[in-house]
Amino acid sequence: MTAKTIISRPIYGTLSPQPGKHHLFIADAEGALAITDMAGKAPPGFFDGAEIVFIPDPEGKHISALEALEPAQLHLPPSFASLLPRLRQTLTNAHMGLRLYLAGTEGLIGQAMQAALEAGVDHTSIETEHRGSLARRMQCVHCKGITENVTTQPAACSHCGLLLLVRDHYSRRLAAFQGVCINAEDRSEIPPMEEAFP
Amino acid sequence: MSTGTTKLDVVVSDVVPVNDLVTRFHFRRRDGELLPTFSGGAHVVVEMRDGDRTRLNPYSLMGSPLDTREYTISIRRDDVGRGGSLFMHRQVKPGLEMVISYPVNLFSLDLRARKHLMLAGGIGITPFMAQTAQLAGAGGNFELHYTCRTASLGTYADVLRERHGNRVRLYHDDREERIDLERLLSSQPLGTHLYVCGPAGMINWVRARAASLGWPPETVHFEHFAAPQPGAPFDVELAVSGKTIRVGEQQSLLEAIEAAGVDPPYLCRGGVCGQCETNVISSDGKFIHNDHWLSEEDHRSGCKIMPCVSRFEGKSLVLER
Ligand code: FES
Repeated sequence: MTAKTIISRPIYGTLSPQPGKHHLFIADAEGALAITDMAGKAPPGFFDGAEIVFIPDPEGKHISALEALEPAQLHLPPSFASLLPRLRQTLTNAHMGLRLYLAGTEGLIGQAMQAALEAGVDHTSIETEHRGSLARRMQCVHCKGITENVTTQPAACSHCGLLLLVRDHYSRRLAAFQGVCINAEDRSEIPPMEEAFP
Repeated sequence: MSTGTTKLDVVVSDVVPVNDLVTRFHFRRRDGELLPTFSGGAHVVVEMRDGDRTRLNPYSLMGSPLDTREYTISIRRDDVGRGGSLFMHRQVKPGLEMVISYPVNLFSLDLRARKHLMLAGGIGITPFMAQTAQLAGAGGNFELHYTCRTASLGTYADVLRERHGNRVRLYHDDREERIDLERLLSSQPLGTHLYVCGPAGMINWVRARAASLGWPPETVHFEHFAAPQPGAPFDVELAVSGKTIRVGEQQSLLEAIEAAGVDPPYLCRGGVCGQCETNVISSDGKFIHNDHWLSEEDHRSGCKIMPCVSRFEGKSLVLER
C-alpha cells in the first residue's frame, strides 16, 4: 500500500469486477495475482468477455494461472513498448461498455492509464491495483529524460547524470514521477543514496 | 440572500408562444449592459411575485452561451402544479420588471469527452438547446436523441433539425417511435459522455440501462428539477432561529422557512444541488423525500431533509435551522 502524500500521488485500489460488456486487463509480473484474486469475486461467465494482456517475467511465472481463467483472449507481449500500438488501436475502436483493469507495477499502470486517457477514458473509471515492486518511472525536470525502474532516493538521471530527489509529484500525462536536482547549490555535496522504492 | 444567488435586475423583452403548451420568455438587463456569461446546461432561478406570494423556480437557459445580450427560457404550462408556470404564462408580459438569479450550472458538459450523447424528453430539451449551440460553435462531436409526444409538441425540434441536421434524431410517442436504448448505448465510442434531461421515469430508465451496460457513473450526467409537490400542511420548529412555522399546502418547506425571515442556502430549488441540506434534530412522523441528492440511507435515517422539495407528515419535526 502506498501512502497518500501529495494530491498527485496516485492511489491504487483492489480490482473488483465492474458491470460491462467487455473487460480488458493489462498486467505485469505480480499483477497477475491481482487478477486471479479478483476472479473469485467475478460472476460466472465474466471472463468469456475478457481479454488479458500480460507481460510475464523471464521465468514466465503466473502464465498458467491466467490461462486457467479461460479468458476470451490472452496475450503475452514481451514489453509495454511492444503492446502499446495495439493497445492504442484497441482503445480507439472500442465502445462504451469496455472496462479497464490495470494491475502490477506503477510504471505499467501509469503508462497504460496514459493511453486510456488519450482515448478519452476518465481515470476514475479505471480499476487499478498495485502489486510487486515499488520502482518508479521518473522524469528528470532538467533534461526531461525518463529513467525507468528507479528504486533509490536520490537517484541519478540516466540521461544527464544529475543527482535527483524523486518526488511524490506525479504527472498522469507523462506517467512519471518528477525528479529534481538534490544538490543544485553545491554539486560536491552528495547525500547518501538509500533503497527507497524496493 | 443565499449562497451563489446574486440577483440580476431584468426586464422581460419578449414573450413568444411556441406551441400549445410552451412559451418562451426573453430577459435583458434593465441597465442595458450585457448579462453574465454562462455555459450550456446552466439555469437561473426566476422570482415570481404573485400578489403577496413569491415563488422561486429554476429554468434552464436555452439561448446560445455566445450571446449574452439576452437570456431565454422556455416554460411548459403545468395546469396541476403549484402555479409557477401558470403565473408565467398568464401574467408575464413584455416590459415587466423581474428579478432572476445569476446562472448556475449543475448540468455542464464534460469537455474532455470524445463525444457527447444527449437524450431529451419533452421540455427537457431546453438545456440541450444551449449545449448544442455551444458545441456546434466549437466543432464538438455530439448527437441528440429527442423524444416528444407529437410532432406539434416537439418543442424546437424544427429549429434543432435545421441547425444540426442529422445530429438530431426525433422520436414521436404518437407514432410509436422508441429509442433503441440498448443498441444506442452499446454502439458509442469509448470516451463518450451521456447527458439525460426529461421526466423522472426516463432519467431512471436511461441511468439504469447505462449502468448495467458498463457506463461508469462519472460519464452519465442528468438533470431533473423536481417541482416541489403540494401536500398536507405541517408544523416545523426551527431550533437555531427559535421559530415555529407552518408549511402550507401549496408551499414548500424552503419557502415557509424563507417566509419566516430565515435565509437558508439554496441554488437549484429542485432537489439536485445539495445546498439546502438540513439536519433533523428530532422527528415523530414520516418524511416524504423528493430529492435526487441524499442517498437512500440518508432518506431512511430520518436525519436529513432537503427543504426545497421534501415534506413531512406527522406529529413533530425539529430542524437545525
Ligand atoms: S436547493 Fe438544491 S437541493 Fe435544495
